[in-house]
Amino acid sequence: MAELNLVQKRKQKSIFTMLALFAIFTLVFYITSSKTEPITFGFILGDEFKLISEWSVSSRVGSGIFMLLALFGIGLSYLGFKSEKSTTLGSVIFGLGSIMSFLCWAAAGKFIPFTGLLQAALLLAVPLIFGSMSGLLCEKSGVINIAIEGQLLFSAFISAIVASLTQNLMWGLLSAPIAGALVSLILAYFAINFKVDQVIIGFVINVLVLGLTNFFYSTLLVPYDSTWNAAGSFSNIPIPILSKIPIIGPVLFNQTIIVYIMYAIVTLIQVALFKSRWGLRTRAIGELPIAADSVGIDVNKLRFRNVMLAGLVSGLGGAVFTIGAVGIFSQSMTAGAGFIALACLVFGKWSPRGALVAALFFGFANSLQSNLSISGVALPSELMLMIPYIATIIAVSGLVGRVRAPAADGIPYSRGNK
Amino acid sequence: MPLELKGISKSFGNLQANNQINLKVGKGEIHAILGENGAGKSTLMNIVYGLLQPDSGEILVDEKLVKILEPADAIKYGIGMVHQHFMLIPVFTVAENIALGREKSKFGIISFAEIKTKIKKLSDEFKFDIDPDAIIEDLPVGVQQRIEIIKALMYDAKVLILDEPTAVLTPQETDELLNVMKILKSRGTSIIFITHKLREVRAVADKITIIRLGKVVGTQLPSASQEELANLMVGREVDLAPSKAAFNPGGNVLEINDLSIFNDSGRKVVSNLSLNIRAGEILAIAGVQGNGQSELARAIVNLEKHKSGSIKLDGKEILGSTVRDSLRAGIAYIPESRELDGLISTFSITENLILDVHDLEPAASRGQLNRSYISENATTLVKEFDVRTQSIEANSSSLSGGNKQKVVLARELSREVKLVVAAQPTRGLDVGSIEFVYEKLLAERANKKAILLISSELDEVMELADRIAVIYKGEIVGVVDSDVSREKLGLMMAGIK
Amino acid sequence: MITKFFIGLKKNALLPFLSFIFAFFIGGIIIVVSDPVIMGQLSSPGKFLTSAASRIGNSYLAIFQGSIYDVNLARESGFFRGFYPMSETIVTAIPLLFAGLAVALAFRSGLFNIGAQGQFIFGAIGASYVGFAYELPPLIHVPLVLIAGIVLGGLFGGFVGLLKAKTGAHEVIVTIMLNYIASLFILWLLKTQAFLREERQDPIAPEVNSSAQLPKLLGGDLRLHLGIFIALGVTWFVWWLLTRSTLGFKFRAVGANSNAARTAGISVPFVTTATMFISGGLAGLGGAVHLIGTEYALTAGIAGSIGFDAITVALLGQATPLGTLLGALLFGALQTGSRTLLSNTGTPSEIVQVIQALIVLFIATPMLLKRVFRLKNSIESKSMTAKGWNG
Repeated sequence: MAELNLVQKRKQKSIFTMLALFAIFTLVFYITSSKTEPITFGFILGDEFKLISEWSVSSRVGSGIFMLLALFGIGLSYLGFKSEKSTTLGSVIFGLGSIMSFLCWAAAGKFIPFTGLLQAALLLAVPLIFGSMSGLLCEKSGVINIAIEGQLLFSAFISAIVASLTQNLMWGLLSAPIAGALVSLILAYFAINFKVDQVIIGFVINVLVLGLTNFFYSTLLVPYDSTWNAAGSFSNIPIPILSKIPIIGPVLFNQTIIVYIMYAIVTLIQVALFKSRWGLRTRAIGELPIAADSVGIDVNKLRFRNVMLAGLVSGLGGAVFTIGAVGIFSQSMTAGAGFIALACLVFGKWSPRGALVAALFFGFANSLQSNLSISGVALPSELMLMIPYIATIIAVSGLVGRVRAPAADGIPYSRGNK
Repeated sequence: MPLELKGISKSFGNLQANNQINLKVGKGEIHAILGENGAGKSTLMNIVYGLLQPDSGEILVDEKLVKILEPADAIKYGIGMVHQHFMLIPVFTVAENIALGREKSKFGIISFAEIKTKIKKLSDEFKFDIDPDAIIEDLPVGVQQRIEIIKALMYDAKVLILDEPTAVLTPQETDELLNVMKILKSRGTSIIFITHKLREVRAVADKITIIRLGKVVGTQLPSASQEELANLMVGREVDLAPSKAAFNPGGNVLEINDLSIFNDSGRKVVSNLSLNIRAGEILAIAGVQGNGQSELARAIVNLEKHKSGSIKLDGKEILGSTVRDSLRAGIAYIPESRELDGLISTFSITENLILDVHDLEPAASRGQLNRSYISENATTLVKEFDVRTQSIEANSSSLSGGNKQKVVLARELSREVKLVVAAQPTRGLDVGSIEFVYEKLLAERANKKAILLISSELDEVMELADRIAVIYKGEIVGVVDSDVSREKLGLMMAGIK
Repeated sequence: MITKFFIGLKKNALLPFLSFIFAFFIGGIIIVVSDPVIMGQLSSPGKFLTSAASRIGNSYLAIFQGSIYDVNLARESGFFRGFYPMSETIVTAIPLLFAGLAVALAFRSGLFNIGAQGQFIFGAIGASYVGFAYELPPLIHVPLVLIAGIVLGGLFGGFVGLLKAKTGAHEVIVTIMLNYIASLFILWLLKTQAFLREERQDPIAPEVNSSAQLPKLLGGDLRLHLGIFIALGVTWFVWWLLTRSTLGFKFRAVGANSNAARTAGISVPFVTTATMFISGGLAGLGGAVHLIGTEYALTAGIAGSIGFDAITVALLGQATPLGTLLGALLFGALQTGSRTLLSNTGTPSEIVQVIQALIVLFIATPMLLKRVFRLKNSIESKSMTAKGWNG
């Protein structure tokens, strides 16, 4: 018997899982489907170059086409498995194909503004991306960050107030990272200096921020709303030419300044983490801090700095909720985005690229859900909203490959106890 | 004088780990620090390297008084250290590990080119054969140690501390290391060589400082006899050659056939291994740490998940049953790490003594703990195994290493036992406790129990075992009688038959 | 003897007590800062200090009046009626206690059960259905409803344990996700035919039959119900389980050092699953008692923030049953009092959330208090050991 090692076995298992799902989806969306009404995808949002404006296809045929795409994804995964390389790309394509197939089935006879769907997906993903980058910066250096939710909420709150009081969105945008860093300061101080259990301190921070923002919302933002809670929001800045590319133009290059900052930050983190001196040291203190200490790296100082940096990053994510979108603050408006961001981090196996993909996936699922309910597709929206959470549980259960956190993640460092 | 220590003292709670220690290390000198486990050698070196701060005392480098608050200070003053537990990040490459802390970068991006050439150069110089792009966790411990040495040399260490460096090496590798030390010495590097092995000290040291219970008890030249050194080290006559009852083995108790074990990432760590142990026999597994012996011990009590083959105890298959059933079938298991696997530090001695049988009569009845029995049991065992403690209700973390091991022995040997699996049972213990462990193991042997001893101490293996099986890369290289020569064993440990 | 008692008391109670004081102090500052009128008096320090002090004093007095004994109410309607707030405090504390015990028990096995919220919801769902769909004698109906709560909560929690045991999925992440799933599930469920109330379109289930309701103990509008005895019984049970039973021994062993426990033959997967099942069962029982003791009808907001407050309660009680009981009473009092706070002084009740979080923050950080109050080693805390995602 040829010995399959465990990694290969897991990949084999995930391919079997995908095949089983493929069979079920094909059965439901194609073979037994009697929906012949056309589904129409709209591709034009504004004044982009008109390459294709609409695509109309019979629901059943559309489902079939996208199931073929899903099958192609499985094939790709299989090739990856055979050559003992990554199966991730194949799985992502499988996922996309399945979702699109489902869309064709569910939205039979409806018009789907596809470009708009994607644009909304990106917008929903932006705070998740900032949040998961914040988690990444902390956890790569060995500090668990459950307080992303608190960072997002507090910076949303502060940026709204500052922008309202100064009547200047830029001041609001500047204040947001500072607010995020303030929350980080509590996390860093308690987790690193006092070595308190990081999950517990993160949890407590979330409660504290929720209480504080609720309290000041009632005492200041409601009674004096015209001065304290009237921030307004950034408008989109279309990038010349790029924003006119069909589909991806309006999605990627007609966004607010915060989104462009996000592109820069994700790129920067991805490069810096794996190529720079800072990145090497950061990964080192997340894996075996005492080894870093023994070559003269101040482990706790670097951890502290990274946690603060993480606060700055998620602060920008918080700003998306207020000055990046609706322009005012409302109670507990982040609604668990911080936890989804944490899920993205886990889902993306603690890599910036992975977290980005996961956040985009969750953003897409969410945008799809709201789009379908607007188009009047009768679906239990609550069940749709569960998708990201269920997907995360599946991810952490190792069904899509083993996820491994940095070895020293969550363990306070002091020399005495190695 | 590259390094001088004056009156270094350090205490942890009530324990005086270092007491007024003076030490002078000359240029190009190999200065051995000899002492048994727990004598305070590592504490002293961690102070020199800045990982610990002394309560009092002075450190002089090149006759100048210095403060070493951080490892960074030590590095600055030209002090390098190869730690007993390697300071290498398992998932990093060799080059990344060596670059860490002294990275060269262009426009913020690290460049490894220079460091790789340096690694190659040093590696060639010492005939180390190191690939800078290899991932640490894929390398054997012997190679990892060489990487540690290169790492220290990269920092231009004038004083190199080697903390128990031979614990993980075969006799031949040890000889090679001693050679490397001599080469370094000839280049003018001073070496502090920490060990408890007399043979090595006499082979290579220029000067020997002996530490006992945190104090310097003597300075000797390598011409001193083994007995002299041993007596100074322990403070009394020692005889670690215990008297064994006549060898009179019975039938097979443990039969292992075609056993393979895989670790969590799917790598095969033990392959197609077969062994048998008879009643009244001690079979020792010798081998360099990391060759599958730890996993073998764990697999026998079913603590390893992924395995195939057969393990029979008294003819009954136990492979695949639970840990609990394996223990209750008659195996006493002394795990490699008492702190991590043997005891629960926040539990009392009383509770630790019933970890295995807490839900059996008479420790419990109808799901409820029988508190009076449990405390009687503890009183009896503490007395029988001579556990030195203020109270049986004290947490096990309050015990010394030797007493912790006694608690583990007391618990494991108080069951009905056919087979004793003892993994590194004397690791880190003082001589008195080592004697105690030997005594208990030999008593079990005299009682016709089968004993599997896994140990990286060759002296221990050769002293206690009736037969020795040598393991290399998860396979048994051969089984020999205990009167085999060290050289032969050493070659076998390197995989040469 | 007596000194020994006080030393023991000092060790166990000093930390929560100091945390309490410190949190209220900071809470006071926040109240003052948020009051523009008082902040306007900053220029004259004397005036500022007196009005700040009276503002804080009034606020905390209002919390006391609203949670323990209301003198005004007693003056109007008799001495006994003055205890109305205390009855409310206990009613609020009961579900907190159940859920808090759930979290505390899991802590002792080394598991951080953030999912009490979801388990509580599922317990309430089970209780609600059995409560309104069947008509039975009370002596059978009430136990049946409670069992339904335990089973549903237990399964919802046990799933987490099983998943962790089988795949290593970290319970913190799984329970966070399951909380969201539970809140969405109940929203969906309340729209289904089975749970819709006749002639009502809004998401509220039918009231449970009177045979399934827990009787009130004091009559009148005092809502104190029989659930208090169930809660006290369960507190005793958890104490027994942890300190006297073999199962609890396994739990504590795994919680303190899972490697050593495994080596000694204790099955860690079993403990993980059993702990999460019992923990979920406790939270589910809380949901059931809350439903048939005070709410009667299932709504989407049935759990409020009980499952999350429970975590703070368990932390406050340092994961011991008695501590959790006291913690639940304290939080019950704070939350009940916060209503009076709003009506008497206009201070928003959310200040209580802040104070709760601060108390736990300080409890979790004995080092901080030691520094602030310059104490030496007289504080002992049963620290929740820090573990990483991998452990």
